[in-house]
Amino acid sequence: MSHSTPPVIELRNVHKRFVKKQDLIQRALQLAGKPPEPRTVHAVNGVSLAIAPGEVLGLVGESGCGKSTLGRVVSGLHRQTEGELLYQGTAVEQLNRMGKLAYTLGVQMVFQDPQASLNPRQRLHQILGEALQVHKLAPMGEIPARIDKALAEVGLAAEYRNRLPHQLSGGQRQRVGIARALMVSPKFLVCDEPVAALDVSIQAQVINLFMDLRAQHGLTYLFISHDLGVVRHISDRVGIMYLGKIVEIAATAEIFARANHPYTQALIAEVPNVTRRKRMFVPIVGEIPSPLNPPSGCTFHPRCPLAMTRCREEVPTLEAIAPGHWSACHLNHTSA
Amino acid sequence: MTTQPLLAVYGLHTVFHSEEGAWPAVSGVDLSIQPGEIVGLVGESGSGKSVTGFSIFGLIDPPGEVIAGEVLFKGQNLRDLSEEQMRQLRGNRIAMIFQDPLMTLNPVLRIEEQMLEAIQTHTRVPRAQALKRCVEALEMVGIPSPEKRLRCYPHEFSGGMRQRVAIAIAMLNQPELIICDEPTTALDVTIQGQILYRMQEICRTHGTALVWITHDLGVIAELADQVAVMYAGKIVESGPVSQVLDAPAHPYTRGLLDSLPGAIQPGQRLQQISGMAPSLSNRPNGCAFQPRCSHALPQCATSEPERTTVDQRTYRCFAPLVALGPAA
Repeated sequence: MSHSTPPVIELRNVHKRFVKKQDLIQRALQLAGKPPEPRTVHAVNGVSLAIAPGEVLGLVGESGCGKSTLGRVVSGLHRQTEGELLYQGTAVEQLNRMGKLAYTLGVQMVFQDPQASLNPRQRLHQILGEALQVHKLAPMGEIPARIDKALAEVGLAAEYRNRLPHQLSGGQRQRVGIARALMVSPKFLVCDEPVAALDVSIQAQVINLFMDLRAQHGLTYLFISHDLGVVRHISDRVGIMYLGKIVEIAATAEIFARANHPYTQALIAEVPNVTRRKRMFVPIVGEIPSPLNPPSGCTFHPRCPLAMTRCREEVPTLEAIAPGHWSACHLNHTSA
Repeated sequence: MTTQPLLAVYGLHTVFHSEEGAWPAVSGVDLSIQPGEIVGLVGESGSGKSVTGFSIFGLIDPPGEVIAGEVLFKGQNLRDLSEEQMRQLRGNRIAMIFQDPLMTLNPVLRIEEQMLEAIQTHTRVPRAQALKRCVEALEMVGIPSPEKRLRCYPHEFSGGMRQRVAIAIAMLNQPELIICDEPTTALDVTIQGQILYRMQEICRTHGTALVWITHDLGVIAELADQVAVMYAGKIVESGPVSQVLDAPAHPYTRGLLDSLPGAIQPGQRLQQISGMAPSLSNRPNGCAFQPRCSHALPQCATSEPERTTVDQRTYRCFAPLVALGPAA
């Protein structure tokens, strides 16, 4: 990580809010004097991140924590409500036409469910060739060769080029999803739960594929997953998200050895492990609160076994507690 | 084991009829569960683990059919019972919990009605007394303010809470056996931890036996007493959890364990099982795992390995990875 090359992707205090439209009944009720219901979901609440070239950043959190929304902001599928997204050191909003195209092609996405993200009526060569045609990245004559090359890279035989998505297994479909992202020679892949839907033996094949592709193409990943085991295996650095905020971020080995935030500690303890036997489950209580109505102060305090009065009142900030290890917890300031 | 098993399954065969013939989903499963025991049934999609659970519970509908085998519940063959007699058992002595509680709960009825129904179909109980049992059941699975929550509809609960309601309904009549089909797969790890904690507690206090169907070896390792690994409709290996997971005899079990991230140092290539599981319509000759197996012998492609039993363990393999028992 030299200082001369800017990070591939940088987020500066990014917020993403979704506002629910009021329907007629709600408006009528409000006119009749009913207090308005909360309508804003703060899906991403002030996230700052930098991902260096060649790095794999794992992003972990439970459903509803905003990790997928963050991935979609990075890939440009959602526009942030507030804050800045920088691609190779320049704010995406300030990029000129060429720069914007470089960003659009340079950041690609691999989705969780390849069944839903592949057009069921297109054959693989159409799915894979479309971006090349649209962006005129290769002469028409070369496209078939590029498709065969991409298929070979993800471990599919060239015969598959005329197949339809439903004629493939789940693992093969995910390989197509990856091949499609690679067609435009991206620098950065946002992988949103790419192995969650796969069986264990197939999951291992796809994880190996991700690691091989990274080595061959020098790719940078934002690897979003709820599975700490997978993230630990593939990432250089891990960020833990809770209710729209990053609560802890550190190098993978560091976070698994010295988890600081109580939420991270709980997550790591809950991951089922084949080496443990007949465990007494002592889970953390409660569920992730509704983002429509988040708790005051530290949003984790209702579930935190160590919560203090201060946690209810004051939002903790993400601070460095060791070199490269950041955590947002008031406990780091108590002299205990 | 001297006691009679609570549930014993012998030679269970379930097929799905299609225009091209009968496709075997489960081909010869044997299973035995002692009272209060937790048995994990592990396998990948299409291995027949859920169909086994449904077959035990008598929920196989056409085009599926259980064509052979015995399902002995306390010595009585469930396959001999009429549908009426099965209904008396289901939800009473045997219960089932499914992966998606939204599918099992009626969306237009309050939880209260659905819970009362489960009690009153089986026994004549005054409503007030039945309601008290409902509240107790909800309390047991950790639902806060149960009296109030009884009046809610399924959509008013979160996924984890809905699964708790499903468990509470399954527990209402204090069954001796619960078949759990991937009950925590759709849940977050912290919620999964809470559900596993409750199930473990319920089993310990009530002596309920569980068949826990899952693809997650980690959950099995931490929860179950016995494990049975399924591949292509057969149990390829079974035995006490610690013995099977510490020293698997079947190459498939070994392969599953090795392909988990965490089996090796982070960043290294994972051990992978090449290829994929055979489809129902296209089962290979001989051992079904042989095309993917790195230890395959010539005979594996031609003849099918019989079940070998050594003490509490069984496996179906010509080239087991560990020598079991004094004879081997």
